[in-house]
Amino acid sequence: MSKIKTRMGDAALVELSESELRSDLEEGTKDAAQRGKIPPLSPDELDHLFDIYSSSARVVGVDPGNEVVFTYDSTVGEINRTLIPVHRIASLQMFERLLGADTIELGHNDYSFKAVKPVISDERTVLEQAVLATTVPLFYGAMPNLGLYNQPEGPVPNSSKLMSEGKIKEARESMEAAVEFAVRDMVYVAGELYESGVDGIDFDTTGSAGDADFLATLRAVEILRKKYPDMAIEMGMSGEFVLGMHGGVAYEGTRLAGLYPHQQVKLAEKAGVTIFGPVVNTNTSRTCAWNAARVITFLKACVEASTIPVHANMGMGVGGLPVTPFVPVDAVSRASKAVVELTRLDGL
Amino acid sequence: MGVGDVLGMAATHAIASGMGGMRTAGDLVARMQMSRRMRIRQAKEYVAGRLKIGPSDLSDPLIMSEIREDLKLGLVNPPPHYAVGIETKFHIAELLGIEIRGLKLFKEKAGL
Repeated sequence: MSKIKTRMGDAALVELSESELRSDLEEGTKDAAQRGKIPPLSPDELDHLFDIYSSSARVVGVDPGNEVVFTYDSTVGEINRTLIPVHRIASLQMFERLLGADTIELGHNDYSFKAVKPVISDERTVLEQAVLATTVPLFYGAMPNLGLYNQPEGPVPNSSKLMSEGKIKEARESMEAAVEFAVRDMVYVAGELYESGVDGIDFDTTGSAGDADFLATLRAVEILRKKYPDMAIEMGMSGEFVLGMHGGVAYEGTRLAGLYPHQQVKLAEKAGVTIFGPVVNTNTSRTCAWNAARVITFLKACVEASTIPVHANMGMGVGGLPVTPFVPVDAVSRASKAVVELTRLDGL
Repeated sequence: MGVGDVLGMAATHAIASGMGGMRTAGDLVARMQMSRRMRIRQAKEYVAGRLKIGPSDLSDPLIMSEIREDLKLGLVNPPPHYAVGIETKFHIAELLGIEIRGLKLFKEKAGL
């Protein structure tokens, strides 16, 4: 058989033999199973994955009936990055009426709750107009971004600096103080937006500053859920593994550092999250097929553990997609089909 | 979903595995996930039941555009005098038996 054309995790084209492709798939699932202490993919599932990644078609897709719905983590803001001079509401409408978006997401350019707080009135006026002018469910997205609370930009001593000086206790206290500020900002901003008619809040890139970042978001969600029982809350993660920057923080008795998606989702459920967005990172030195097998192994365990809808993060550099700003459609469509058909998740 | 240029990411995912939003019933299924935490199969069955069609019909733009036009649920290319924006949310909330936050606040402000 002729060689199979596929890509590396940095999108570079590569040719594999059948046995090399099968070997990559087996190694990918094994890696995830070992790290997450979860079951590897079955031989049938690996065969299905082999069929998808050995296809010579430029674009592939799910079988009819297997389609899922999408939520967007700042994706709607991509219109602005093209420098096309349109208002954010027009960008939302372009996604709604031109791109088959099941939901849309408004967000600020800075995309962090802390940055949105001082301009919340402006955000509310735009949101209120968007609610009137659109049909599909409307989210507002922003990042918890605990790092912004460090000095010099923020109010607490810089925990990274303290750690590099060996002041571990002080660094931990600083992170704990930052959690309090972040929870207050997230609850305030989300509440204001809900009072202006937003359908849902998307806590995107949760955990980007480590376990304390994850804790702050869980606590903010818990408060919002009590205050607004009907608010849709999506929690999208930043990485497959919660980094133990603090190392000691816990939620509901579970230590947060080191949790994988199938464990993260259980805490998200407890806090009151409506939709959970797991992330599995791309290894650029391995093939997309290796990455896909690894991603699907993690996501399958997460979907099976979850009682709430799961929307996997499938953007550049995660979800089996290459790390490159202009991801080739062959790589995106293969990962899209593979993740949806093999994990039976609820959306992307 | 995630970051990436619009054609490479949003459009490609939509073609590969998306329900199709307002072209079909994707937004209606999404509303059931958001309001009742329904998993995808349950949400599709719920919406299909309300529309009295099969779950596989939900992703068919031919079937769904006719239904959406009849029920004033919003179209991607609305004809004159057709429901758009907030008006469509009245019909969607009634069809699905859910509360839509923006609609609730609009009614309060308008005294409806």
